[in-house]
Amino acid sequence: MAHEHKLAIFRGAWKFKSNVSKIWGVFAFLCIVTAIEVVLGIIKPESLTGTRILAMKALNWIFIILTLVKAYYITWDFMHMRDEWKSLRRSVVWTAVFLICYLILILLIEGDYIFEVYKDGFIKFNF
Amino acid sequence: MEATVAKTGTEGKTWGGGSRPLNASYGKMMMWFFIVSDALTFSGFIASYGFSRFKFIDAWPIADEVFTHVPFLHGVPAPMYYVAFMTLVLIFSSVTMVLAVDAGHKMKQTKVAWYMFFTIIGGAIFVGSQAWEWATFIKGDYGAVETNGGKIIQFLNTEGERVALRDFAKKLPADRVNHLEKNGIWYDTDAVTRSSYSLEEVKAGFLADENLLIRTQYLDENGHPTVLSREESVAKLVKDGKLVVEGANLQHNEYGHPLFADFFFFITGFHGFHVFSGVVINIIIFFNVILGTYERRKSYEMVEKVGLYWHFVDLVWVFVFTFFYLV
Repeated sequence: MAHEHKLAIFRGAWKFKSNVSKIWGVFAFLCIVTAIEVVLGIIKPESLTGTRILAMKALNWIFIILTLVKAYYITWDFMHMRDEWKSLRRSVVWTAVFLICYLILILLIEGDYIFEVYKDGFIKFNF
Repeated sequence: MEATVAKTGTEGKTWGGGSRPLNASYGKMMMWFFIVSDALTFSGFIASYGFSRFKFIDAWPIADEVFTHVPFLHGVPAPMYYVAFMTLVLIFSSVTMVLAVDAGHKMKQTKVAWYMFFTIIGGAIFVGSQAWEWATFIKGDYGAVETNGGKIIQFLNTEGERVALRDFAKKLPADRVNHLEKNGIWYDTDAVTRSSYSLEEVKAGFLADENLLIRTQYLDENGHPTVLSREESVAKLVKDGKLVVEGANLQHNEYGHPLFADFFFFITGFHGFHVFSGVVINIIIFFNVILGTYERRKSYEMVEKVGLYWHFVDLVWVFVFTFFYLV
């Protein structure tokens, strides 16, 4: 069991004196990120929903990136990934990230293809 | 006499056995194995949600219009607030969990017990909120009509506000007869869900009020559902209307595509079940802490392992929140 904790987040930009204060710091950060998401989700600024980056609304990119940021801090600080050995960290994170990205890629491409078939292929809504 | 011990020549090497090559105990390692596989299960669900959404990208319900309720605030449209509250509760219970783990490292029994207790309360609040959210979703709000093609049409007034069926449907003399097995084909049963108004009553009410319009499931280029003109609306309802839908179940969904409801039930249900089992496991560990099991074991690693599971549940919720309520 790793007893020594790495006490800095944001690549060392925010240092903490104890593990407990680091936990509260990460909590504050997660709350801020969630608050930003909720506010954007309620307001839905026209400038962000109107512009598209890589076929997706800019707002949705912001949501997804903020989600990944939150996931990073939950895994790294709450699940103590920061204190684990590099080998454990990579076996867990790289495996999951690779498989999930691949699954998302093929399923979304397939879904978009079926959408096109419905739209242009004269097939009625049947399944 | 020499004892025969098989030597492999790997003693003392990292992967030679008998050591911890990844510096994690067996239990923690297995928890990580479980978490990775469970993460793949959840991503399978969420990715298939994405698949169905991309398949019907021009006719998918807008989450903001579906989840607009907050307990005790009837009729006040408040999108996102309640689910934001739920998210914060879960993140906070994650914080108390990680504080319990930290107190466990320092062998502080009472502190661990208190933090575990707060974690359990947080989990219970979350599961309760989830149940409320489900109940509201199942009960429905405005009601809608399903067309012959399986699409949903909803009702608006000329100002563009949603109108509930109860506000315009006409009460016609009831002539509804329950279908009983003895009166007909034995395998033909009555409708699974019965709406408070018949299609005829909705039609009559709609035709009587000139200010009512229909909006379809299809989104225009700005991402808003398409609103039909009065003539189109009348034609659509009279020609295509098939079934009155109130609320959502696995077959029909007044908010839009039935797949939306299916995935909502499936994914949040599966997640809610994880939270529920997490609460049960936390309770067991909580009693173990109180009884001093880990004090005698001189290690609170069990709290850490349960903590991993609990944080994972929180992690999944972060993604469910994004893909169901935000994107």
